[in-house]
Amino acid sequence: MEQTHAADHPKFLQHHFVNAEQQSEASKFGLWIFLLTEILLFGGLFCAYAIYRAWHPDVFYNAHRYLDVTMGATNTAVLIFSSLTVALSIRSIQLDKPKQTVIYLAITILCAATFMVIKYFEYSHKFHLGLLPGKFYTFQGIEGSNPHVFFSIYFMMTGLHGLHVLGGMFFLGWVMYKTIKGAYSSAYYTPVELGGLYWHLVDLIWIYLFPLLYLIG
Amino acid sequence: MDSTGTLWLPPGHSTFASDVDFLFYVIAYLSLAFFVIVTVGSLYLAFRYRNKGKRELTSGIAHNVPLEVTWTLIPTILVFVIFVWGFKDYLKMHVSPKNAIEVKVSGQKWFWSFEYPGGVTEVNTLTVPVGKPVSLLMSSQDVIHSFFVPAFRTKMDVLPNRYTRLWFEATAEGEYDIYCTEYCGKGHSEMLGKVLVLKEQDYNNWLSEAAAASSSLSLEEYGEQLYRTKACITCHSVDGTANQGPTWKGIFGKTEKLADGSNVTIDENYIRESILNPMAKITAGYQPIMPTFQGILNDRDIDALIAYIKTLE
Amino acid sequence: MIAIPEKNFLNEPRGLKSWLVTYDHKRIGLMYFFGIMFFFMLGGIFAMLLRLELFNPGKDFIEADTYNQFFTLHGAIMIFLFIIPSIPAALGNIILPLQLGAKDVAFPKLNLASWYLYVIGAMFFIASLVAGAADTGWTFYTPYSIQTSTAVIMTGTGVFILGFSSIFTGLNFIVTIHKLRAPGLTWFKLPLFVWGLYATAIIQVLATPVIGITLVLLILERVAGIGIFDPALGGDPVLFQHFFWFYSHPAVYIMILPGMGIISELISVHATRKIFGYKPIAYSSLGIALISFLVWGHHMFTSGQSVFAAMVFSFLTFFVGIPSGIKVFNWVATLYKGSIRFTTPMLYALSFLILFSIGGFTGIVLGTLSIDVHLHDTYFVVAHFHYVMMGGTVIALLGGIHHWWPKIWGRMYNETIAKITCGIIFVGFNITFFNQFIIGAKGMPRRYYDYSEAFHFNHAFSSIGAWLLGLGFVIMAIYLVHSIFKGKPAGDNPWGGLSLEWETTSPPDPHNFHSIPVVEHGPYDYDKIIPKSAYQDELEKAKATA
Repeated sequence: MEQTHAADHPKFLQHHFVNAEQQSEASKFGLWIFLLTEILLFGGLFCAYAIYRAWHPDVFYNAHRYLDVTMGATNTAVLIFSSLTVALSIRSIQLDKPKQTVIYLAITILCAATFMVIKYFEYSHKFHLGLLPGKFYTFQGIEGSNPHVFFSIYFMMTGLHGLHVLGGMFFLGWVMYKTIKGAYSSAYYTPVELGGLYWHLVDLIWIYLFPLLYLIG
Repeated sequence: MDSTGTLWLPPGHSTFASDVDFLFYVIAYLSLAFFVIVTVGSLYLAFRYRNKGKRELTSGIAHNVPLEVTWTLIPTILVFVIFVWGFKDYLKMHVSPKNAIEVKVSGQKWFWSFEYPGGVTEVNTLTVPVGKPVSLLMSSQDVIHSFFVPAFRTKMDVLPNRYTRLWFEATAEGEYDIYCTEYCGKGHSEMLGKVLVLKEQDYNNWLSEAAAASSSLSLEEYGEQLYRTKACITCHSVDGTANQGPTWKGIFGKTEKLADGSNVTIDENYIRESILNPMAKITAGYQPIMPTFQGILNDRDIDALIAYIKTLE
Repeated sequence: MIAIPEKNFLNEPRGLKSWLVTYDHKRIGLMYFFGIMFFFMLGGIFAMLLRLELFNPGKDFIEADTYNQFFTLHGAIMIFLFIIPSIPAALGNIILPLQLGAKDVAFPKLNLASWYLYVIGAMFFIASLVAGAADTGWTFYTPYSIQTSTAVIMTGTGVFILGFSSIFTGLNFIVTIHKLRAPGLTWFKLPLFVWGLYATAIIQVLATPVIGITLVLLILERVAGIGIFDPALGGDPVLFQHFFWFYSHPAVYIMILPGMGIISELISVHATRKIFGYKPIAYSSLGIALISFLVWGHHMFTSGQSVFAAMVFSFLTFFVGIPSGIKVFNWVATLYKGSIRFTTPMLYALSFLILFSIGGFTGIVLGTLSIDVHLHDTYFVVAHFHYVMMGGTVIALLGGIHHWWPKIWGRMYNETIAKITCGIIFVGFNITFFNQFIIGAKGMPRRYYDYSEAFHFNHAFSSIGAWLLGLGFVIMAIYLVHSIFKGKPAGDNPWGGLSLEWETTSPPDPHNFHSIPVVEHGPYDYDKIIPKSAYQDELEKAKATA
């Protein structure tokens, strides 16, 4: 049996798959389901957001004005741009141009890092003012009851999203490393595709977060 | 619980009971019929077609449209009827009559307090007249509780951040159990009470006497009454025996060691603070479990309790 | 004589390390199996202690605080560490790829990762035992769970991690079923156990993330007072109930659907009869999975939700009962003109029909709005879910274990003792739980440490039943372990089944099949084929000579 394995199984093909097509389909299908669970994970927070905004529209309006729209908008642009570059990295590997793939992945990771740096400045500004979640909230000056709930939701949603950005950076970095090592070609590039799919979801969630949190009114 | 009632259900003494019980038994007997069909059917078939020692080819019948439609449609119709019926009875429980007597109910770890029209309050006993709708406006001081009177077939959660309402009309005089049915911690199963159903005349007499009593007592006597009716007695003794909380005997004027190591002298202000904000200063050796009485005891009540404590030498 | 294959997944390769780093679904399934059995025992011990305390009203041997921790541990362990992973992650892991004719699940590494997450989650539970176990009930209702001084954060973290273990298993199964079926194995030639696992996996993937985020919110509420659930900080405790039941009601179907899948297998194989109504049974699993997401509010009929919401949830609750009813009728009809063998798995299947019916009918009682107001949070509910979860899922699990035991170990247990044990468990179970319906309807609330003298007899009766039940499980553990070493070799196909797992050796080869099987007949074509079975041949010969 081992011999037949070696004969028709390329190195990247795991033993329990019949052929490369089955393996790549399975991987992609698996990732789609994983993305679905991610959406549901965020779904709980979106739900909490919707309920508290419906209960306290005025507090949400007053509190959201302390978010920096310029920084948020810049971050949105950065992420949308990174979506383009990650898509181009997949295109390049399909065309058997691994060097281009590495460059595009590097730009994507750089964008992600830029996003995190901007996020850091936003967070530290709020920490400074005492616009913190829950019982750490010390800011005086937002009218309405329980403004800390808005910041709890803000920090949880952007925080969870930030963790996903970090995760994406590691995953894409690993894919980049493997590309440099020459693991992928037009014959096999599933991990590049998976990384791209995941990154699109991370962008997509931000595209919802930005108007919901920064553009109330 | 008295021992009468039907095979399954306890005695019913509210206007809801007969409807609920009737529907309960309708479903029970329908279920029994289906249960007999399933059980006897499967056991009969299993024995009738048991293996006789040799393996053989068996029937390939895997569909029978009329049969399948029947066993889908009949249960569907039955559950639909049950749904509508149950919903109609539920609606009745939800709309309390306009002329109902309103009693405020407060749930707290681990006792019930009731406030009647005119300001009379009682702990763990709800006194109501027979044959009159009573509407309870309920809220909790701490965690979620649930107010349940089996004899009335009614129950409603008691929540800390909003009011819930429950109404009933008792149909017979007597004493019925109140249970807390939402798990609320250590004393959950001790959070019991009684509904005392009186003749309307007796109820009115009781209410006016109770209203008069609280104003005619001396401060110390009133404090002693509060000690019992507001459930202080559950945790604090007045004879020196140890309990969940420190005994009150001779406590006034003493210096106590606190859990954080500091000392405090028991004076009026300390007692007042301990009643309203019990977590602020915990006596060493005791668990921080006392609930706040903010909103339950007013200034006069607190004065009365302090006066009573001073008498316990 | 039937021989055990020399090289099989149990002994190839050897060594503890080879198990801990294995990607073989059968080994991972077995490791899960030992895990769930350990926690079944632990949860069972807590149940025994609870019943001991409840034997008499008042204090018997533990304080109310300890009692509250024990019932929380019993519930949380049984649900999160035993019953949710039981059928899918243990039996399903072993059997699913075999039934599909696949060499493994789609993502073997993820499968192993899911087992390690299970172990880590379990560690948090064990650690919480030392750190002052949570006393919130397995439902973690706020605001009590925010205020209690017990180790809620630790238990919550454990449940959060276990959730990911469950998601990974579900994700793996969905992809495996879609992409790794043997040639010729079309959707409607799948064994019904696979359909059951498929429906289960959908719920695992869609519902579990919500409990994950809910527990994160609960933990943050305790750590940082975020004010989502805590009424003192502007939060809403009832919102927690909505979030919680949005997962935990579908989770009930994570528990029962694979059990229903097992019953379809048991009844068809041991009645040697084509399953009646294959498609209705398959589709009803999916129907249940779908509706299960829309009925969570029936746990909250008395929590002050609007009358309209209560109406919708009650209505949908009834309609989740219909597919379950259809399944039961189809199973009964499968017995018609079959050739029924009263083997141990068949006895469990028949027990399931009886006990699950009782669980189902009492579910109708509870779904009825006006009656639920009386019965909510009483022992009636306790009895109902034990009839469904234990009388349903656990009995199906036991049936499945006895059905596939010879496949996994290659050896048969002592059938006579096994049948007697099945009887002990059936009787013990009914003694324990049937009279809880009665005290519940009479008004005995659940989670009570102390109770009125009026309920004394019934509680004592329940406790005696529980010990009988416990005795049954002890005997089972003994004869099953004994069979691993001393059991009679069972051969490839001891029961004469037609699905693919019976075509490989017992125990199977590390790669499952020596060559990829090609499917030529349906899994239940007993009207066309008499399956080969060396074990049955021997039984028939023995009967003929006797």
